[in-house]
Amino acid sequence: MEQAPSDVQSPSTHRVSYPRFLMRAISAATDGSFLFYAWMTGLTAVFLVGVNAWAHQASSGMINTHMTDHVSWGLYIANFTFMVGVAAGGVMMVIPAYLYKDRKMQDVVIIGELLAIAAIVSCLLFVIADLGRPDRFWHMFPGIGRFNFPMSMLTWDVLVLNGYLIINLHVVGYLLYMRFLGRKPNPRWYKPFILLSIVWAVSIHTVTAFLYQGLGGRPFWNSALLAPRFLASAFVSGPAFIILTMIVLRRFGGSRMSDQPMNTLVKIVRVTILINLLMVISELFTEFYAGGAHTSSARYLFFGHGEANALVPWIWSAIVFNIVAAVLFMKPDLVKHTKLLVTACTLAFAGAWIEKGMGLIVPGFIPSTLHEYVEYLPSHLEWRVAAGVVAFGLLVYSASLKVAIPIFRGDMRFEQAPPKETAEK
Amino acid sequence: MTEKSSGLTRRRMVKGLGATLGAAAFGAALSPLFRSSGMNAAELMQRHYKELTPADKQAVIERLQAEAKEAFGVSISIQDPRPTPQTKFVYAINLSVCNGSGKCVEACHKENNHDRETKQSYIRVLEMPKGTMDMEQGNTTYNHTVPSPDKFYMPVQCQQCDEPPCVDVCPVQATWKEKDGIVVVDYNWCIGCRYCMAACPYHARRFNWKKPYLPAEEINPNQGYLSNRVRPQGVVEKCHFCLHRTREGRLPACLEACPTGARVFGNILDPKSNIRWVLENKRVYVLKEELGTKPSFFYFFDK
Ligand code: SF4
Repeated sequence: MEQAPSDVQSPSTHRVSYPRFLMRAISAATDGSFLFYAWMTGLTAVFLVGVNAWAHQASSGMINTHMTDHVSWGLYIANFTFMVGVAAGGVMMVIPAYLYKDRKMQDVVIIGELLAIAAIVSCLLFVIADLGRPDRFWHMFPGIGRFNFPMSMLTWDVLVLNGYLIINLHVVGYLLYMRFLGRKPNPRWYKPFILLSIVWAVSIHTVTAFLYQGLGGRPFWNSALLAPRFLASAFVSGPAFIILTMIVLRRFGGSRMSDQPMNTLVKIVRVTILINLLMVISELFTEFYAGGAHTSSARYLFFGHGEANALVPWIWSAIVFNIVAAVLFMKPDLVKHTKLLVTACTLAFAGAWIEKGMGLIVPGFIPSTLHEYVEYLPSHLEWRVAAGVVAFGLLVYSASLKVAIPIFRGDMRFEQAPPKETAEK
Repeated sequence: MTEKSSGLTRRRMVKGLGATLGAAAFGAALSPLFRSSGMNAAELMQRHYKELTPADKQAVIERLQAEAKEAFGVSISIQDPRPTPQTKFVYAINLSVCNGSGKCVEACHKENNHDRETKQSYIRVLEMPKGTMDMEQGNTTYNHTVPSPDKFYMPVQCQQCDEPPCVDVCPVQATWKEKDGIVVVDYNWCIGCRYCMAACPYHARRFNWKKPYLPAEEINPNQGYLSNRVRPQGVVEKCHFCLHRTREGRLPACLEACPTGARVFGNILDPKSNIRWVLENKRVYVLKEELGTKPSFFYFFDK
């Protein structure tokens, strides 16, 4: 192995170059075209609407949500669950890039890692949005609170989610800084973490599935297939979103990207979307063929129960989206047809959002454990809060991409001479 | 100044202005938070129930009493009775005589200072067709004269499981099982994540979606720290077998209110208790036995 160049630099120079790296990053994240400003301003506005809605919820109670003692989790936890999948799905770029040493993928793998970071940030915000007592959040901190580990699956989830966030922040931060300095990254400082992040990505979604899967009193969730189903749909929604990002970057960011990584991702989704469908069919077969009391949630979800059928249109849309997307992904040269590709990815993403969001969380509570049918659809307030969280995630994602892409392209470099800043184009 | 650098300064200024405006808007958006009352440093920093020294506990109780006085204008007294050694509380209901009148539901509502607007109670009564034990056939929203001849009635409340799933899942240990078998919640420690509500197979847990509303004259002033004191907003609560009564040798409010004598309550470790006699001589069963929750709550039929 060649001498790792990053060790050569003395710490004192880092003291100069690292702050400059941060300064350049901040300035790049806030500079851009009119379109970029418009996008970021719009997101900020939505985020602020969400903050305001949440502040109302926190002060006057969650009575203005449509959650009840019967359906005690709703849109927030649904989105949380889905976002964990998106975060885990980012790893589908990391595997080809590093395990299969796909050089072209290595050039763009940062998109997946940044998506993971932004998605985890949204996840954590969704958990906070769902708390009845956000002021007591610190009770969950190990050390100063009372952390019910290892009994409570939620404590496991807190650990793995934050762990995943930290691993990805480290990898991304390190690689970007090295590229900024124009030096070859030292594999010792990132390779082990990348391998760890692959295992960890699986763990975040498995643990999140265990949150539900382990509850004996909720037959709809109490299925051994839940964790594998979660993973399969994560490996649909994550890559689908990354493909969409690449298309946007190519169109508006003037990014020179080869088709090859996108093609790899399309190949991945082509398979995972079918695996996901297969598992859904297997679940449904067990539910409906055997019949009995355990099928009442599934029956409610797909066909409604008397007057109560709020989720029926949702789930059938998801099924149609998934099937159409699966068929589109079969097309061998899909990458060449941008419009079709966008449609396929959007449908796959939306399908997973319904199926792994509302379609999974809400029927777990309907009928209730005493077999009462109390329905749930999110209130205005809940939609506003959720939109705010998603907008914040997109802000993080957009700003970090704005910084990362020029660095990876080599357009943004550390100069030894005091910075003669030229205005960004 | 060169043209380039003046452009740069202008850009900086615009950015600074943007950041300032953004921060101001953020503060404005958050402002409803600061309007919320009832928050103070002492309550914010309060430790978990099990970590409170007797002096701490005294201070907390005095604070709560003072707050109640201020909010409602009535004097309340909060006690904190601890479990009696050699006691394990068990409940049983005779389904042959329960007539579905819902008097227990009402008594619970009053005893436990429940929110008046939502008619909250820890008990739900299922009306079931005779000839089945399938809860799917049950109905909780009946409102005709009871009892209906082809029906039987099954009140459900916290089953005080020996293997409580709600306790296992709580991320912050805000809920636990006490020595006498009662599962309690520390209302000042619960973070309101509602994981326990998802875990409970008996619909025993309730959430305070808002600050409970109670007219001053309807408040029950005899309160327990871990039981019927007026709950804060945003936390979970549940049936506690009226521990502020039962630990002092009295009976639960729901039992006292029952017009048919269907309810039997007592210490299973006491060989002379009624409850012991019922468990030894009747064919009793528990709800959802297959889940392995081991309820301390039994049902039986006379004939
Ligand atoms: S709602 Fe409260 S008692 Fe229930 S699991 Fe969450 S913190 Fe624990």
